[in-house]
Amino acid sequence: MPNKLLSVQGLETHFQTREGTVHAVNGVSFSLDEGETVGLVGESGCGKSVTMLSMLRLIPSPPGKIVNGSAVFRGQDLLKMTDDEIRTVRGSQISMIFQDPMTSFNPVLTIERQVAEPLEIHLGMSKEQARDRVVELLELVNIPKAKERLNDYPHQFSGGMRQRVMIAMALACNPQILVADEPTTALDVTIQAQIVELIKRLRDELGMSIVWITHDLGIVAGLAQRVIVMYGGYFIEEASVKELYANPLHPYTMGLLGSLPRLDLDEKKRLTSIDGLPPVLMEKPGYCPFAPRCKFAVERCWNENPQLSEIAAEHRVACWVDPRTGRAR
Amino acid sequence: MSSNKVLLRVEKLVKHFPIYQGIIVQRQVGAVHAVDGISFDIHQGETLGLVGESGCGKSTTGRTILQLPNYRPTAGSVEFGDLDLVHLKGEELRKTRRKMQMIFQDPYASLNPRMTVGEIIGEPLVIHNVARGKAVQERVENLLELVGLNPAFENRYPHEFSGGQRQRIGVARALALQPELIICDEPISALDVSIQAQVVNLLEDLQKQFNLTYLFIAHDLSMVRHISDRIAVMYLGVIVELTGRQELYDNPLHPYTKALLSAVPIPDPLVEEQRQRVILKGEIPSPVNPPSGCRFRTRCPIAESICAEERPEWREVGSSHFVACHLVKD
Repeated sequence: MPNKLLSVQGLETHFQTREGTVHAVNGVSFSLDEGETVGLVGESGCGKSVTMLSMLRLIPSPPGKIVNGSAVFRGQDLLKMTDDEIRTVRGSQISMIFQDPMTSFNPVLTIERQVAEPLEIHLGMSKEQARDRVVELLELVNIPKAKERLNDYPHQFSGGMRQRVMIAMALACNPQILVADEPTTALDVTIQAQIVELIKRLRDELGMSIVWITHDLGIVAGLAQRVIVMYGGYFIEEASVKELYANPLHPYTMGLLGSLPRLDLDEKKRLTSIDGLPPVLMEKPGYCPFAPRCKFAVERCWNENPQLSEIAAEHRVACWVDPRTGRAR
Repeated sequence: MSSNKVLLRVEKLVKHFPIYQGIIVQRQVGAVHAVDGISFDIHQGETLGLVGESGCGKSTTGRTILQLPNYRPTAGSVEFGDLDLVHLKGEELRKTRRKMQMIFQDPYASLNPRMTVGEIIGEPLVIHNVARGKAVQERVENLLELVGLNPAFENRYPHEFSGGQRQRIGVARALALQPELIICDEPISALDVSIQAQVVNLLEDLQKQFNLTYLFIAHDLSMVRHISDRIAVMYLGVIVELTGRQELYDNPLHPYTKALLSAVPIPDPLVEEQRQRVILKGEIPSPVNPPSGCRFRTRCPIAESICAEERPEWREVGSSHFVACHLVKD
């Protein structure tokens, strides 16, 4: 039995805006085992990034507010820590890489300064010690001629190279958990393949756990052991990767998979699109958030919001209907 | 269905953007070799997919074909039907534009925020003197219905719509003049997955209904393979391979095509487990100073000395299978 590294329970995050309260994350729970990779999948605005940012207390407050929940990491609740305490965890034991490698660096600091920062802050290294470690880290992420590039600025690196530097920075203190927020979305497909391969290799070498946030069900298929699908601020399906793709049980997951063209399919098949638009999160609906777009919706879906419940081994779904039969569960 | 009639013929098309230096006396110090001698045909009613990574010149190709301002070709020819677009000017070119339209990538930037949807879609009709007054409004309502929007939306402004809906407005505008050729420049890249499928299905339906011809430009090979009849793979200003959608997948010949195919993730963990990836080294070089000989040689896993010396010839190696690589046997 692998050890549970992180356990998030009932996490709920709101944003106060002039138009009202945005219910970005509505009571989500998940756990992460040691060495495990979990894919958190959903479309823009579904709350996948906010979930992870809330856990790390990176939500700007105001307007954001974590209303409820706990996030226990190695026996301590991240959400109850003081600001100083969480700072010792963030960037050292749990670190994060972001989507846009163009805007996530400080443009006026050299690469050495930026990668060395966590080393000096968390590990108390001197500048000289840090420099050697920075070179090691840059070599670890396959930056050619790492030593000569220490004094370069971020704009002198290409997108793919910047993402490598970001990974080096995230790995500086040997984190146990790496949160990857769409790290390859801004990159070309051949560069994406390089980065995914790199992260897989590092994961196996360093034995860290990864939460990979993405909208691309394709990437997750080859990377994660477990997948969580998110919609409108809720987790709506969670299963092991093989189970989810072979046997999706939420109409939204089925729709998502059907709307992806597959490179390896020979016949031209019409894509099954999901009609309608993603929900606006201004109110917490008393019904299933997917009901307005769902072709299986029955009366109950409009009266009660289904909870995530286990319906097969390692497979949890939040849906009143069994889409295989079209009948209520 | 596609016929044998060639609607668009592009021959050795070149587009260089000059780079100037100097404040008072400007002189040209170089050029961005955005498109460097590409040739292909598009048949009536067919979809040709043009796929490549950012900066490979695929959007420039689309714009150069349409002879947009600042995108007049440096060399080469573009024939549309029996018209030579490169030498058309002024009024004649304007008239020809009716038959060729474009759908842009960014539905947020390609609609004028100060115009209503009705004005946006009706504008081409007014400019080309096709309709006036009430007739414009009727046509706009028809078009909105055609792309799956409520005709009552014509008095709304673009900001009131979501990305997918805006892209539908862009499609309606492109259809207004009943064009023969539509250049779709990454029409779905800015949209969410579930919305992408809506727009792609719409494009497919409209093609059947009006026998439209598409040049579908995108970086997503799975989507390109889904929508296209034939696919051209572009790398750093040149087309490296062109063939049918099935042949490209079953029998890719160019090493870049092979790498691209293997880099695309497939949403199936069982398939992913079995796959062998070709991971390319390095990144796409600068088009200001492209490599000598074969453009791909700096990243090619099988490059030999000849690849640096000579530019590979664009040749047909099987029936309708074109490739530019020294190391592919006939």
